[in-house]
Amino acid sequence: MTQRSHTLVVLVEDHPGVLNRVMSLFRQRGFNVNSVAVGHSETTGMSRMTFVIGGDDRMVEQVTKQLYKLLEVVKVTDVTGENLIQRELALVKVAATERTRADVMRLATDIYRARFVDATPDTLILEVTGPSDKIDSMLTMIRPYGIKEVARTGLVAMVRGTGNSRLTVVQDAVA
Amino acid sequence: MVATTPEESGAAPAASQPRSVAKAAPSIGARVLCEALVREGVDTVFGYPGGAVIPLYDVLPEFPSIHHVLVRHEQGAGHAADGYARVTGKVGVCLATSGPGATNLVTPIATAMLDSIPMVAITGQVGQHFIGSDAFQEIDITGITLPITKHNFLVRHAADIGPTIQKAFHLAKSGRPGPVLVDIPKDVLLAASELGAAESLDLVGYKPTYTPHRRQIRLAAQEIRNAQKPLILAGHGILLSGAMDELKTLAEKAQIPVGLTLLGIGGLDQNHPLCLGMVGMHGFAHANRAIYETDVLIGVGMRFDDRVTGRVSDFAPNARVVHIDIDPAEIGKNIETTVPVVGDARQALALLNAELEELRHDEWIESIAEWRRTPPYRPHANDAVLQPQFVMERLCEATDGNAIVVTDVGQHQMWAAQYFQCNKPNNWVTSGGLGTMGFGVPAALGAALARPDDEVWAVVGDGGVQMTLFEFATLVQEQANVNVVIINNGYLGMVRQWQQLFHDRNYSETFISQPDFQMLATAYGMAARTVTSRDDVDVAIEWAREIVGPTLLNFVVEQEMNVYPMIPSGGSYGELIEKGE
Repeated sequence: MTQRSHTLVVLVEDHPGVLNRVMSLFRQRGFNVNSVAVGHSETTGMSRMTFVIGGDDRMVEQVTKQLYKLLEVVKVTDVTGENLIQRELALVKVAATERTRADVMRLATDIYRARFVDATPDTLILEVTGPSDKIDSMLTMIRPYGIKEVARTGLVAMVRGTGNSRLTVVQDAVA
Repeated sequence: MVATTPEESGAAPAASQPRSVAKAAPSIGARVLCEALVREGVDTVFGYPGGAVIPLYDVLPEFPSIHHVLVRHEQGAGHAADGYARVTGKVGVCLATSGPGATNLVTPIATAMLDSIPMVAITGQVGQHFIGSDAFQEIDITGITLPITKHNFLVRHAADIGPTIQKAFHLAKSGRPGPVLVDIPKDVLLAASELGAAESLDLVGYKPTYTPHRRQIRLAAQEIRNAQKPLILAGHGILLSGAMDELKTLAEKAQIPVGLTLLGIGGLDQNHPLCLGMVGMHGFAHANRAIYETDVLIGVGMRFDDRVTGRVSDFAPNARVVHIDIDPAEIGKNIETTVPVVGDARQALALLNAELEELRHDEWIESIAEWRRTPPYRPHANDAVLQPQFVMERLCEATDGNAIVVTDVGQHQMWAAQYFQCNKPNNWVTSGGLGTMGFGVPAALGAALARPDDEVWAVVGDGGVQMTLFEFATLVQEQANVNVVIINNGYLGMVRQWQQLFHDRNYSETFISQPDFQMLATAYGMAARTVTSRDDVDVAIEWAREIVGPTLLNFVVEQEMNVYPMIPSGGSYGELIEKGE
């Protein structure tokens, strides 16, 4: 089966330690997590976790089934291949002297629609959002100027239009 | 503190109201915990006191319906609770203090996890203001047991004790059973609290599927109809769901032979003409050959463990697979499945029986019978030396196969599985998944206390028994009716066998010295004998059977006997070693 990157949206009950349980499961079973982003969902008491994992379809099926065995996991949706809005946010601190500042600013704003949120005589901080590969691409272009720090949030994703990963049909899969 | 008699309310046994106990002092968390245990029907708790759980032991005498068994090590408490659960189907309960008490439960909890045993482990925790400070006897036991429990709880408020215990028991016994740990800080045990009414549980993320999908049942039936050489592999799920009758009906109605996994023993009487006995690494040759030849394999309540499958690519190479299991994560985990059926084994088999008409597979059954006519390996060549297989055969004969047999882990375990034809459900207690040495003696303690009217034999090796033989003291204190049989070959025999077969007889660190077991048992207060000759076996067994209370029989057997047949680890049926040189 083909190895590819999968995006999983996992809705969990917001109990203390739930992220630990989920990550412990990934570690224990040897599932490879490339990115994780966690925050509140549209439902009070429910958190939304977005995972990007590498593996074949069979592995993703196992990840899903194992996740459902956790008491707090309410819904797991593999949104890979759906028509998705995918966003990650990055803050990038880049070296910028008087000589290079204009180049960095032009590159970042014209092509990657980044915003500048801080400036010193020696540095700039860029804020950029978009699909992860766009951020990767910007980092590649900026790197020659001297990247000092990168903070990325991990990917969040949402299906366009009426398709969703909300809590509508909770028990279509089983514990 | 006032002792009370709580048995006079006249309420129904399953009353959901808190027990009205007249007491001078206001109730505390520790009392609520005991009341919650009584409400769950707990009659036996295996435990060991310590600083963090003193409040609990303080109120325990108020609850005479709970028999507390003082083990000698918390590992013993966990395995005893496991043995109790396996022979009753009820939830086994063990109790330990914080820190080292809690960590000593890790092995039995993991044992229960891998064998799907319903268990509730209760641990004390340091007071909440100490949590995170590396306080005396503090350990993060919920963190430690995360991967080896079905779920675990840290109780932060006394008001949560009742609901948490209720949830813990529900989780432990429902769906795919498993161990649940409840960690309770000392200040929570001491806080003023009352047991509230039992709640109706609605766990949003936990809804086990008991009734399988109709369409899947129809597809499974169709696979069976199309089969020329169908075979059922019956696992522990048969016993856990009580599907023994449904299994027998399916086998008879559709004329399908049945192989048993190690933990599936007792799911079908091995004297039944369609029962092939145990499969897997040390399973019977005809049973494993049937797996090799089958065209439709129906796995029920089993998980295609590597000790069953060997090399996955060569396992049942010609078969389409129907897999029935209550845990969807087991389906497709190890082998590819043609028809997945998620549900309770008993319900699934009942639906399948209703769906199927009578079928016949005479030719297939006859060919298995033909393979079976090759007599099994019976190494009786050297009559001067006592053979372990002979001891198991005689024990089976003496008890008519009706005793509860609890084993430890190693060669003796496989000989017991092969030669003690255990046929009754919930009479076969063995550590399958984790393969825990030291399991046998304490698990037999739990089994004997759970079913005091039954005959219990603990079959152990001279290696494993030394891991937990301090529980002899508990056997004596409880006067538990356990006959301990040591198959004593002076080696860590299974490892030695692997060293012999696969490591050029390099017996590195497998010769193990031992105490005089007879004297040791006598010192603990057990009646004990040592047997070295064939002629004395029957007499010794009868002698032990007649003694009330624990006994020990130390059978000194041939040192370098191997377990056959054997499929080497990671091998396939084609590499089966039928017998020794």
